[in-house]
Amino acid sequence: MPRSDSAAPTADRRALADSSDEPGPVAGAGGAPAKGAAGGAATIERYERMVLIRELETESERQYKAARIGGYCHLSSGQEAITVAAAEALRSDDLLVTGYRSHGFALARGVPPEAVMAELFGRRSGCARGRGGSMHLLDVERGYYGGWGIVAGQLPIATGLALGLVRQGRPDAVLCELGDGAVNMGAWHEALNLAALWDLPVVFLVINNGYGMGTSVERASAEPELWRRASAFRMHGERVDGDELGASLEACERLLERARSERLPAVLEAVTYRYRGHSVADAGLAYRTKDEVATRRERDPIARVRRELLAGGLAEAQLDAADERARAVVEAACAFAEADPEPDVTELAAGMHAPGSAQQFARMLPGSPLDERELVFAGGLGS
Amino acid sequence: MTMLADAPAGRTPIETASMTYREALRMALREELAADERVFIMGEEVGVFDGAYKVTAGLLAEFGADRVRDTPISEEGFVGAGVGAAMLGERPVVEIMTLNFLLVAMDQVVNHAAKIGAMFGGQLRCPLVIRTPNGAGNQLTAQHSQSFDQYFAHVPGMKVVAPASATDAKGLLKSAIRDDDPVLVLENLRLYTEKGDVPLDPSHTTPIGLAHVAREGSDLTIVSHSYATVRARQVAERLSAEHGVEVEVVDLRSLRPLDVETVAASVSKTGRALCVEEGWATYGVGAELAARIQHACFDDLDAPVERLGMAEVPLPYAKNLETAALPNAGRIERAVLRMLGLAR
Repeated sequence: MPRSDSAAPTADRRALADSSDEPGPVAGAGGAPAKGAAGGAATIERYERMVLIRELETESERQYKAARIGGYCHLSSGQEAITVAAAEALRSDDLLVTGYRSHGFALARGVPPEAVMAELFGRRSGCARGRGGSMHLLDVERGYYGGWGIVAGQLPIATGLALGLVRQGRPDAVLCELGDGAVNMGAWHEALNLAALWDLPVVFLVINNGYGMGTSVERASAEPELWRRASAFRMHGERVDGDELGASLEACERLLERARSERLPAVLEAVTYRYRGHSVADAGLAYRTKDEVATRRERDPIARVRRELLAGGLAEAQLDAADERARAVVEAACAFAEADPEPDVTELAAGMHAPGSAQQFARMLPGSPLDERELVFAGGLGS
Repeated sequence: MTMLADAPAGRTPIETASMTYREALRMALREELAADERVFIMGEEVGVFDGAYKVTAGLLAEFGADRVRDTPISEEGFVGAGVGAAMLGERPVVEIMTLNFLLVAMDQVVNHAAKIGAMFGGQLRCPLVIRTPNGAGNQLTAQHSQSFDQYFAHVPGMKVVAPASATDAKGLLKSAIRDDDPVLVLENLRLYTEKGDVPLDPSHTTPIGLAHVAREGSDLTIVSHSYATVRARQVAERLSAEHGVEVEVVDLRSLRPLDVETVAASVSKTGRALCVEEGWATYGVGAELAARIQHACFDDLDAPVERLGMAEVPLPYAKNLETAALPNAGRIERAVLRMLGLAR
């Protein structure tokens, strides 16, 4: 792999490339018509992908309530347009990192629904082999380097992945998804500063769904226009209507291309809404009204695309057939997960350490806590 | 290779040179930078400033700013960047100016780096090295004199090593850089100037997970690591000369994995174990050792396992108070004599 100089300081280039004193474009925020929205973004394939995410989330909630899915389970229903757009803007060699509301991103990136559902069920064929669950989906082959569970923890890691890309001379970029709650963490500040300082190819995609758990953006952020915060790092920032597929796609493609070709990081704030609570355990009504949810549902991204497709000449039956296909995929994923065996307890420690580590740990056994021998030392430690 | 590494000093057939612990670390870094282009150094003042403690002195000039990367004061950011780069197959060696500052990056170490192997089902690895000096004794006071060794050695998924000699400083740092898991290398401020015979062969390493007997003895075993091993050896020599007491010193070298076998073999021989550490003993390395020793050596113990560490106060500034609080030679000597019934 060719190496390249990743150390050259280019503050001048940053200043020239992007005047952060000027407000970034605000494409279609707040339901206004998308500025520069790619016409004809609505396609039956994208529609079906969005429906698949909605269906899988709906089914996940059902399975959680039936106790087949445990732990935390954060649903993204309502956020399908920006999710599908962001994943589509990624090239196959680009990298994706997300927070914990990640089912949609995993599906959109192409992780097989069976592998996602098996992971949610805690089964052997899950994409994290039953070790990660809802928050820690991944697919290394598809460049999905993890769903991460600590708010903003994935941001420094995304910066490091981008540094790795540059060091390896790769022409690819990193897309780092985060929620609106993450922008008030120190890790946000540190990761963006390093990304800008070192000219790293990373786009920070802020999914602003209005609430960090139950605290609204207005109650959490002194600057609630989150994209503006990029200016503190002389980084390009902009806001897009994340429920508008065309505008979202255009913005993601443009910023990722800019990251790849010019090594310039950016913040893209996508304004959207989550219909369900913070997690399945949250009814989502203590901090917002039913009316608010109902009003936002009127802007539903899937319904929008459906209307556009109908207006473009597709028949109801074609769209209904797409709905049916998505439902069938989710049903099959559930059946697969249900039939998939649980992970083997004799492999409890598998993967924790690199191959060869067993020898390093061999002399640690005497006096170990009870059952360590059986569960950990014999359970795949370092194998 | 490792057989040679563990040959007792004086009997080793390999070529060595006398140098300080600091120089040995630098030699390890230089060799690994030269051998593997994936290796790069990142941290505060590692480049232009030549390193806050001069470990990386000269490396910027030799390898360039891409391999020796200065960072802002931003530990959470650049430790996390190290995690990300490591996940992509790079081999970052992150310097933290002192262990005290690693606390602000604790989340990246404990909740990210250490989790990657297991949480993602073994599909990703994190070959990250964090190297940092710990310890007290320079009147650096409460916030800059700490030994948090056990905080990190507590965490499954981590490896933690703590060389006590120049030889092992080179050997363990090289092993850490070549390891495919996150490894914390605990250096020590007072060890930087300690000299030792360091193997010059670039293929020489000290294996992770292997303790060694730093001094042989028959009456009592001191188990220690890092600078406490230097203290223990000095006390052992004095006790031998002045009291005819022969103390065996087991230098742990690695804290996780912990070589309990070497410790247990020694304690079974001497019947007495004193665990000495630079940091606070409660919930500490000695506490872990005591639990394992009492289990592994139950029938061989002639006395309760004892622990000795820094007095459990935030370390004060005044020199006399600092000295009194540290596990100094006088305290170690008194502990040994008491355990042998030679003092009250």
